[in-house]
Amino acid sequence: MVHSVRRSIFTRIARLAWLPLCFLLVACHVDMYDQPKYKPNDVSNFFPDGRAMQPPPANTVPLNSYNPDSPLMTGRIEGQLADQLPPEIKLDAALLAHGQSRYNAFCAPCHGLVGDGNGVIAYRGPMTVTSLHNDRLRTVQIGYFFDVITNGIGKMYSYASRIPPEDRWAIAVYVRALQLSQNADVALLTEAELQQVRAGR
Amino acid sequence: MSAQIFPRNANAIFLASLFGLVMLVVGTIAAMVGFYLSPWYTDVGVAKAQPVPFSHKHHVSELKIDCRYCHATVEKAATAGFPATETCMSCHSQVWTTSPLLEVVRTSYQTGEPVVWNRIYDLPDFVYFNHSIHVAKGIGCSSCHGRIDQQQLAAKAQPLYMGWCLGCHRAPEDHIRPREEVFNMEWDVNSLSLAERQRLVIEYQIPTDGRLTNCFVCHR
Repeated sequence: MVHSVRRSIFTRIARLAWLPLCFLLVACHVDMYDQPKYKPNDVSNFFPDGRAMQPPPANTVPLNSYNPDSPLMTGRIEGQLADQLPPEIKLDAALLAHGQSRYNAFCAPCHGLVGDGNGVIAYRGPMTVTSLHNDRLRTVQIGYFFDVITNGIGKMYSYASRIPPEDRWAIAVYVRALQLSQNADVALLTEAELQQVRAGR
Repeated sequence: MSAQIFPRNANAIFLASLFGLVMLVVGTIAAMVGFYLSPWYTDVGVAKAQPVPFSHKHHVSELKIDCRYCHATVEKAATAGFPATETCMSCHSQVWTTSPLLEVVRTSYQTGEPVVWNRIYDLPDFVYFNHSIHVAKGIGCSSCHGRIDQQQLAAKAQPLYMGWCLGCHRAPEDHIRPREEVFNMEWDVNSLSLAERQRLVIEYQIPTDGRLTNCFVCHR
């Protein structure tokens, strides 16, 4: 009786002897984790400069209806700074809101949230940042802002690689709104807005 | 009756070693699971050394620079966009221009050789994560990246296990926020009621019929 009980325990254990083998099966097959392909910002052992994202050769243009000489892409009409928006850009509240979010992200660090040139980088750095509120910039063509964002000016770097052309136009439009906000004629305000101003709100 | 081979206490030794064996197996499995979930394996909260000790805390929390200033493609592309050296130099050609910590950046700008940063969030190559769709549907940076604005050196905030991804794909209302709060690091999901968040899910047209948990949503 005792023998048979003991034997059955052994048999049961022996039947489970394959379980440790499972550890071999669940082991580390990570070859699909790292496939022989490039993802953005990968390191490359193939290209001499070591980067998978190769800079495009000079004069490369995207494949579509892209026209590098159009007012949309240059901010210029026949070589002169554009004094109106290109036909692809529709002026509406959504464009202004978009421009505001782009301005606050890309321009405000230096130019400040209201465009007075008192952004946090200007505050910390040794340089003077141009205020957007002067007669020269209030009267300049709107294409000028597009041109400066695209090509940079003075100590300001080009933002062409970071801000797509459509967003640059949105920022240019928002800059106009900022200028109006700091230089509005009291006569333009409605009575309700005047009361808000007087109440200090 | 044959002679006894084993002494009487053999029974006890046998049962004790049986118990010990079971405990060893259970303990080994528990230790492996624990290791699998621990920062030793997941790297959660473990800051990596970088060629430049870049501080998100300083740039985001103290200087209030928008995430998109450096991660410019996060709303348009699959990757958030790693800043080019030019982006660093937009400011650092003017501020901290002689800092030895930034020597790597200046050299990179002069020579065109990229700065080789150490990747923090490394998904397996069979996962196709897309930043732009998450941002467009009201999932904030901090949902996956934690309080990056409080970190000096960047560290992972999530182990990125599939179950964690699926948790949100099953119940997006637990994590969704208004689109204009996506880049707000201090957003608290409980500042909206569940009903308000469910309304956002409908407004942003996030499918709730289970499509989001199909394999091919993330694996192709």
